[in-house]
Amino acid sequence: MIAIVDYGVGNLFSLCSSFKKIGAEAVITSQKSVIENADKIILPGVGAFEDAAKKLRESGLGELVKEQAQKGKYMMGICLGMQLLLDKSFEYGEHDGLGLIHGNVTPIKGYVRSDLKVPHIGWNGLHFTKENFLFKYLKEGDHAYFVHSYHATDCQDVLATTEYDKALTAAIGKENVLGCQFHPEKSGDVGLNILRAFVEEKD
Amino acid sequence: MITKRIIPCLDVRDGKVVKGVNFEKLREVASPVDLAKFYSDNGADELVFYDITASAEGRKLFTDVLREVAQNVFIPLTVGGGIRSTADFERVLSCGADKVSVNSGAIANPTLIGEAAKKYGDQCVVISADIKRVNGKFHVFAKGGREDTGMDAIPWIVRCVSEGAGEVVVNSMDTDGVKNGFDIELLQAVCEAVDVPVIASGGAGKKEHFIELFKKVPTVDAGLAASVFHFGEIAIPDLKKTLSQNGITMRI
Repeated sequence: MIAIVDYGVGNLFSLCSSFKKIGAEAVITSQKSVIENADKIILPGVGAFEDAAKKLRESGLGELVKEQAQKGKYMMGICLGMQLLLDKSFEYGEHDGLGLIHGNVTPIKGYVRSDLKVPHIGWNGLHFTKENFLFKYLKEGDHAYFVHSYHATDCQDVLATTEYDKALTAAIGKENVLGCQFHPEKSGDVGLNILRAFVEEKD
Repeated sequence: MITKRIIPCLDVRDGKVVKGVNFEKLREVASPVDLAKFYSDNGADELVFYDITASAEGRKLFTDVLREVAQNVFIPLTVGGGIRSTADFERVLSCGADKVSVNSGAIANPTLIGEAAKKYGDQCVVISADIKRVNGKFHVFAKGGREDTGMDAIPWIVRCVSEGAGEVVVNSMDTDGVKNGFDIELLQAVCEAVDVPVIASGGAGKKEHFIELFKKVPTVDAGLAASVFHFGEIAIPDLKKTLSQNGITMRI
């Protein structure tokens, strides 16, 4: 069973539906016992980093997720959920993340050519920089759907990038902790195949 | 590089897809769920659903349809029609919409865009504007194109974006339903004025119109159409292949 951690940010309907579509059992939950007993964990998130990090901290779910990750449970952060896995974000100030993967979250504005629109919204190709089981059903250049204004930098664990004038971080991963900047639940068959690979991976 | 998007638009009334020709004489097409699945399987990059129902029962049918679509289709879904308050945002977002498009609601309630953007993020709020030339000026129309607000379109769109709209749908009433090509002049003016994604709507009749759109307005992000897709006059895989052959970046 997959636990989709509900800490009060974002709309989890599509994410939950996408797991059902691939035949996996997923529950949206904020219950400690459900998360502890789950086979795998999804950390979702949309919106602002500071607000989300605060909600994770105040609910105690951040600590719980961190504990589960350190025990070796497979987990995947999606979009802002991926960014929260990192050390720090520089979105409107400086805020601590969970620090499960080393790296920072920094603005796309100023990093890419100034005539490019930010947020980076739409379908963009994936370039795999490290081999990972998440991509076992994918091929180089497959498109995923992105919506973000910040991205992961100073990170040694980048699994995939996407080109937007420069390379933006598209996915990160270190052992059992994984993250996608794009939305697999909105990336058609490519996204469903990433979720399928995640579900299928054995401990 | 990010791809240009091709977006079929489904007008839904009483749970069924209809398409207006110049906003009048509505024709029924098919089940929205079947049509949405068909488009998603055939390369649509995103779907737009407009709820054109007036009644409460119709609204309920619409959210039922939306929920069923979101359980079966895994590409971005934008929903519009009858969005007047943040409660309306909540109603469609909880049924699986990713973005919510406001039109008359933003005209009637100038604080709606700001409130919604603060609550759900800019990426979630789309300003959709029905625009028509009146005495040589672009005017914003309300109520499904029935009422001239007298407002100039470009300043209106700029204001909506500054308040937090993260995307703009430009629907030209002059070219809508005529199938003679997109409103290039209007789209150039909007793309000049804002730096958020712009979706062109109204006027697509053949594949060449999409080539013209992306060549003449290189900063436009997406082309939206309804009847040419619903009636099979343009097949999306074929359209995307042609665009790609013409040097326009597509998700194939």
